[in-house]
Amino acid sequence: MRRLIRSAAPAIVFGVVGLTLWELVLAVAEPEGFVLPRPTEIMASFVENFSVIWTATLNTGYIVVTGLVAGVILGVVWALLVSRFRLADEMLTPLAIALNAIPIIALAPIFNAWYGLLSPTSNQAIVVLLVFFPVFVNTTKGLTGVGATELELMHSYAASKWEITKMVRIPNALPLFFTSLKIASSLAVIGAIVAEYFGGRQDALGQFIVQNAASSRYTEAWAAVVAGSAMGIILYLVSGGFERIATPWRPDVDAVVQ
Amino acid sequence: MTTREETNRAAARLERKAATRRGLRRVVVFLVFLLVLSLVYTGYKAFGEAVDDAQTDWPVVGRVLPRTDDLTMPPISDIIVEFGEPPQRNSSKPLGAFIAEAALFTFREAAFGFLFGTLLGLSLAILMLRSRWIERGLSPYLVVSQTVPLVAIAPIVVIWGSKSLGWLPFTWEPWMSVAIIATYLTFFPVAMNGIKGLQSAHPASMELMRSYAASRRQTLIKLQLPASLPYLFAAFKLAATVAIVGAIVGEISGGVRGGLGRLILDYASRYTTGPSRLYASVLGAAALGILAVGIVTLIEYVAVTRRQEGHVAR
Amino acid sequence: MTGIEAHLSTAVQIDAVSKTFNSGKPNEVHALDNISLDIADGSFVSLIGPSGCGKSTLLRLMGALTHPTDGTVTVNGKSADLARLDRDYGMAFQTSGLFEWRTVTQNIELPLQLMGWEKQERKARAAEMLDLVKLPEFGDHFPRELSGGMQQRVAIARALSFRPSILLMDEPFGALDEMTREHMQTEVLEIWARTGKTIVFVTHSIPEAVFLSQRVIVMSPRPGRIAADVEVQLGERSFETRESQGFFAKVTEVREALRFEEDAR
Repeated sequence: MRRLIRSAAPAIVFGVVGLTLWELVLAVAEPEGFVLPRPTEIMASFVENFSVIWTATLNTGYIVVTGLVAGVILGVVWALLVSRFRLADEMLTPLAIALNAIPIIALAPIFNAWYGLLSPTSNQAIVVLLVFFPVFVNTTKGLTGVGATELELMHSYAASKWEITKMVRIPNALPLFFTSLKIASSLAVIGAIVAEYFGGRQDALGQFIVQNAASSRYTEAWAAVVAGSAMGIILYLVSGGFERIATPWRPDVDAVVQ
Repeated sequence: MTTREETNRAAARLERKAATRRGLRRVVVFLVFLLVLSLVYTGYKAFGEAVDDAQTDWPVVGRVLPRTDDLTMPPISDIIVEFGEPPQRNSSKPLGAFIAEAALFTFREAAFGFLFGTLLGLSLAILMLRSRWIERGLSPYLVVSQTVPLVAIAPIVVIWGSKSLGWLPFTWEPWMSVAIIATYLTFFPVAMNGIKGLQSAHPASMELMRSYAASRRQTLIKLQLPASLPYLFAAFKLAATVAIVGAIVGEISGGVRGGLGRLILDYASRYTTGPSRLYASVLGAAALGILAVGIVTLIEYVAVTRRQEGHVAR
Repeated sequence: MTGIEAHLSTAVQIDAVSKTFNSGKPNEVHALDNISLDIADGSFVSLIGPSGCGKSTLLRLMGALTHPTDGTVTVNGKSADLARLDRDYGMAFQTSGLFEWRTVTQNIELPLQLMGWEKQERKARAAEMLDLVKLPEFGDHFPRELSGGMQQRVAIARALSFRPSILLMDEPFGALDEMTREHMQTEVLEIWARTGKTIVFVTHSIPEAVFLSQRVIVMSPRPGRIAADVEVQLGERSFETRESQGFFAKVTEVREALRFEEDAR
């Protein structure tokens, strides 16, 4: 317990100092029409608009979670297929990396045209694409990056390809998979919010933020941003939690710092 | 030359040939992928047209799979042709030219964002290297910073830019605010990979530098920075993509005209009068993203890969 | 029954074996050239030689992890591949190759799991092997918690768990410090005495080869050939053996065999 506190101490100190500075500087300076409200103002607005923000968070959260799950499943299945056939790995992984260079969010208007502006599918599709790539690339790396000694050993035991996959490749890939999961969860949240900006329900975070910003209600907008951030952090921590359970052999990985 | 040197040279030559062959193969695979994608697209359209009347009754089409009419999914030939068509009534400049200009505009924002983001990220990495305390204190916030959809606050940044930065010696243009957004998105991967890369220097090498009584700065420049290059370039490739995304979305939400974001938004809102234009501009954005990563990869090849004789480029 | 008594049956028969890598290409390597070797059942044989002499390749040929370009490898009267499928041998490498995600016990159980042993049998056997390598309390630890020497002991325990008749070891103590190394050598000899297996041991170290084996096969590189076959009859080994005249004489003999080949090129 003490070690946990000691490792979290610098972060807590920084956080407290940062927030205090933010509050004080703005309270003192009070620049005209400045677009960054004080932390206290944001919290107040958050509490005031809680029910609206909460509903919006749930709606966005639905897209995030469904997209995340679908993207992860796709990424993992694809990685398993690709690792089975080495030729496929050499061809498809660089392709996936190249495709990842495309600004996926630019596809949002096209998806909206396909599925309709208010349909959740278009936003889910964006999230799925954003999640798929890091999960696929990392998991493939983990599945194929097994040491030569370990493989020779399995050969000497006359192990079948499936046994090698089950007993060596998959456990080897778990750490990298969870790294990608953490990245993907942050991407999913941002992706969902930005995709909503292009077209989504009124009562979801993306639209809420943007409409409040457009009517200069910055405090409300920031309050929603805080909610979105919180969702991202929670997903990140949950992934970290799964990681600790699934990979008990790793030395204590700090849940936040990777 | 002794036999061993000859063998080494021959091996290095073979390795370079193999690497070139690998690179070519990847390009071919990519082109094949585009071809397959086009075929699937067109094939799906044809399939949809064949079962035209039954379409609207199927729960799948329109929900999981898109509709196949020409408005929703314009034929690929239309899209290709559209590049040459002038979109504006009063000028004969083809769409392709507009897209290229907009791409350049967006690229400028992304490039500045990338540059400043790299500087900021590296500075942060060096700072965190100096003090473990700072590293442990800042890292969580760096991670959290990426969960803040700053791009949604883009209009705020644009306004802030035009209002509060009047004291700068040059006029603050809206695209610079977008560059700030790109900076914000770039600095995180650079900082995180930077610190990992700087710390990756072999402890034995660090001790060697200490035995030479090398100053901290010398150790940084001669050992740690070069050691961090592989990590940095991995971050750069990601950052290139992210900077472009940040630029595009920043333009859209910040209402900045002249770039790809604006173009895509315009054509999205005028979708019914010309669906191909939207597709064309999105393709332009895709090409820009790939180009950006390609440039970084090229720089990496020249600066890093080529230096390593007989290196296995994987 | 001690392993020092030579048995009449042959465990491994290498017959005019050659191995070439990348044949036809500019980086073609003749790893082994016309090697013939018989290894008696229950004997302890070392392979020693400078880098590139093909000793590791020869070991892998015996283990059917690679195949000869020419000639045949017969193990326990069958082809090497069949011997591998029959699980006739266990292997230990320089890197322990322990799976970091499995506990020590689970690592030892790995081959048994693959061979379909029942859970209870596996557990019992793993405990038995841990006793053999003197690590009974470490069953539930993860490999990263163990020192290099301990990891190698677990690797040996794993290699012996399914009762192979032959143990192939490729510089298993190469990464260990000298003191731990000497300790492990004594342990391996104890295991050999207790189990009577055939052991083929690849090493870089002349004293190690002489201390452990009855026969030291000296190999020369480019292309790999057997340069000398040195018999070592030093009786029962003990700590004093390493300081005895007979030991020094044999070490010198092996060293000169190695040098002779180098001078000859």
